[in-house]
Amino acid sequence: MSAAPKVSSARKLYLSIEGVTKTFGTFTALKDVGFDIVDGEFVCFLGPSGCGKTTLLRIVAGLESQTTGRIIQGGKDVSALPPAERDFGIVFQSYALFPNLNIADNVAYGLKSRGRPRAETDARVAELLTLVGLPDAGPKYPAQLSGGQQQRVALARALAISPGLLLLDEPLSALDARVRVRLRHEIRALQRRLGITTIMVTHDQEEALTMADRIVVMNHGSIEQIGTPMEVYRQPSSPFVADFVGSMNFIDGRMAGPGRVRLGTLEIGCAGAADGLAVGAAVKVAIRPEDVAVRGIAAGAPNSLRVKVSTLDFLGAFCRATLKPESGDTPEFVADFSINLMRDMGVGEGKDMIVALPEDRLRVFAA
Amino acid sequence: MPAVRRKIAVEDWVAIAAVVALAAYLLVTVALPLWALLSKSFQNQNGAFVGLANFVRYFENPALSQSIFNSIWVSLATTAIVVPLAFMYAYGITRSCMPFKSVFRTLALIPILAPSLLPAISFIYLFGNQGIAKGILGGYSIYGPIGIVMAQVFYCFPHAVMIMITALAIADQRLYEAADSLGASRTRIFFTVTLPGAKYGLLNASFVVFTLVITDFGIPKVIGGRFNVLATDIYKQVIGQQQFEMGAVVGLILLAPAVLAFVVERLVQRKQVALLSARAVPYQPKPATTFDSVMFMFCLVVGGALAVVLGVAAWGSFIKFWPYNLSLTLDNYVFSNFDSGGWSSYWHSIEMAIWTSAVGTSVIFAGAYLIEKTRVFDALKIFTVLIATLPLAVPGLVLGLGYIFFFNHPSNPFGFLYGTMAILVLNTIAHFYTVAHITATTALKQMDAEFEAVSSSLKVPFWRTFARVTVPVCMPAILDIGIYMFVNAMTTVSAVIFLYSADTKLASIAVVNMEDAGMTAAAAAMAMMIVYTSAGARLLNVFFGQFLLKRTQAWRQR
Repeated sequence: MSAAPKVSSARKLYLSIEGVTKTFGTFTALKDVGFDIVDGEFVCFLGPSGCGKTTLLRIVAGLESQTTGRIIQGGKDVSALPPAERDFGIVFQSYALFPNLNIADNVAYGLKSRGRPRAETDARVAELLTLVGLPDAGPKYPAQLSGGQQQRVALARALAISPGLLLLDEPLSALDARVRVRLRHEIRALQRRLGITTIMVTHDQEEALTMADRIVVMNHGSIEQIGTPMEVYRQPSSPFVADFVGSMNFIDGRMAGPGRVRLGTLEIGCAGAADGLAVGAAVKVAIRPEDVAVRGIAAGAPNSLRVKVSTLDFLGAFCRATLKPESGDTPEFVADFSINLMRDMGVGEGKDMIVALPEDRLRVFAA
Repeated sequence: MPAVRRKIAVEDWVAIAAVVALAAYLLVTVALPLWALLSKSFQNQNGAFVGLANFVRYFENPALSQSIFNSIWVSLATTAIVVPLAFMYAYGITRSCMPFKSVFRTLALIPILAPSLLPAISFIYLFGNQGIAKGILGGYSIYGPIGIVMAQVFYCFPHAVMIMITALAIADQRLYEAADSLGASRTRIFFTVTLPGAKYGLLNASFVVFTLVITDFGIPKVIGGRFNVLATDIYKQVIGQQQFEMGAVVGLILLAPAVLAFVVERLVQRKQVALLSARAVPYQPKPATTFDSVMFMFCLVVGGALAVVLGVAAWGSFIKFWPYNLSLTLDNYVFSNFDSGGWSSYWHSIEMAIWTSAVGTSVIFAGAYLIEKTRVFDALKIFTVLIATLPLAVPGLVLGLGYIFFFNHPSNPFGFLYGTMAILVLNTIAHFYTVAHITATTALKQMDAEFEAVSSSLKVPFWRTFARVTVPVCMPAILDIGIYMFVNAMTTVSAVIFLYSADTKLASIAVVNMEDAGMTAAAAAMAMMIVYTSAGARLLNVFFGQFLLKRTQAWRQR
């Protein structure tokens, strides 16, 4: 079993994924995946395409069956149940709205089969459409709505049957950037309001960081890290996570002593970040571009070094600078400078400056 | 950890039962009859296994094996004429700016509405013993290879044109712009861009035409005279001499080119798809006066010839006594004066066509849905798809013969079907299964793959989603399948000629019989009744379709 961190919160356990493995012939899509989700939590499965995140979601839904392993939902073992006997609502990237039914009929699709009286169904549909901010869309057809609106209808349809678990399969990937950002907030707010346990699959790290309570980072069918957005961003547990979530410098180096690492001729402290690495071991020192410190760094300050700005890429709110250390054999790295900082410090291409790689911002990985 | 065994829900059991039923249906109506034919060719009259003895006997009889040669050369001759004609015609429609393109397109498809017998009858009117233009042939008889080839050209033309239009329609404008900017001449562009782009279409059309000709029964029967071909040999061996084993041998020989064509078509299709990338810019022809006029004249001549052939049969059906008394009459349509069945064979055809269309469309569309959208019993589905694609490679005569062997077998529990309307319907559905199945599958593939997942998450069983969403959304494709089955059921001769009884004689068979008895005018009249009906059904399909689409496809409007 992979490490399944126990949830510290006092909230009730809702979903357990235990030792799930999925093979297609000789290809292993998921390798012994397991973790718990508590009631009302918003969890994102994040990873590159082909990492197994969608397969895992479909296994939770019962749309795909796992080769081995168990799924426990609400205290009940649902591992062998077909989707129709599980309790979930699902929203797909393609919206999958029935094109020949109007919006009201789409939302009511799961209600009608339950034989409720018509007035009750109509009231519930109106309530749901109001909930997703489309109170007047009922008589329209899906093709008459924008992508964002269609996705909200799909959400209303999934929520109509009051499921215990909401599954979102890349729900925002087909939308324009602007709509995507707005819908992110709406979905998150709605989820908080309803308190519904939610799993979202995405390959967009920004989406995962802004929406999730916890992120499950996956790669090659295994879990790389599980943690809050802040943990995943600040303390990535592997070079893969560090690289996949946000931008990261990887500087080749070698352990010079306990809590000391050598980058070319430069030696810096890395206490706390390099536990368990032997002296002389080849390592990669990781630091995020925005963590490179510039203000108030005097010559000789801890972990400081002299650099020359070799190129500057303007990216709107900030510039990404490529910095060339003066001690020639230390590798180049990049740093993000706010426009504000650039103005104050007079940063331009070719400028010499002193920067620091703060010890508490460094991560050191075995190379 | 032990492997997870999925619990099978009620819904899954229904799907499994339906898939099994579909597989059983295809097994009985396609696979087993073909197996019966195959095994019959290796047996003697008493049903004992004799190895290749029947084949040896066949090839030792020069009268019989001569037919192979005859069949091949008329098929090659027809292919060599039809394919270039169809290419030019399609080229005019897709690559020129000539006027009346849609008229020419419709004109090219006219022969599809008629049984293959009709052009043969027309050419007899024109060039037969009493033909009005007999002199043009300069003493050669129309009864034989000349007549066969001429009638086959008419009959095969629409099939070849449709393939060529598809092949020429998918062209990338950017290739032509690139060639233009490099200063290539129009001729050079034709040979370096157009022709290579259409080569798969040409190959495909050649195989299709060759197969159509070699397996067609109606034309050589009517206009072949003493010129024997494989298709008429089967008929003579089975119906004339009751030599069922020899019929089976000829059937297998007939199967060979069709199977070859089928395989080539599959390979070609795969390549043709890859030819056009998603980013291609569709070709837009630019006006060019000389070129457009030449193309217009060409299409006018070819399209006009098609209209004349149809027109002669129509005209002949109203003539008192060809060619001596050309005054008009309706007498030829009083079929009871010519054939014991009278009008009943026409009504049998209508009945058969309606059943084929209704049952066939339901079975084929529901079957394609089960295969495409349900998630059960994948192994059986692969087998089912394989059988469903088989009929495309099986000539009607061969399938019909297989039906005799299979359903007429004394120990077959389905034997009661023999000689009924039901067997004609089952046979015709099986005969035209593949194309309809492909149409249905294509339409289903365009539907969102997650509809079924969404329904099951909403606890709605798949059959409800099938009825409420799938069928309404696919209505255009369903109507296409319906009319395709209807028209083919009206015009088919080859498969049903072995299976009809006195109570279920069809219009197309009445045409063969009356023509055989020398009553050409009545045969023409009955053939024209088939044309009128097919054309009427098509028109009705268009109007009914528009009405239905307005009701069920309102959602398509933005």
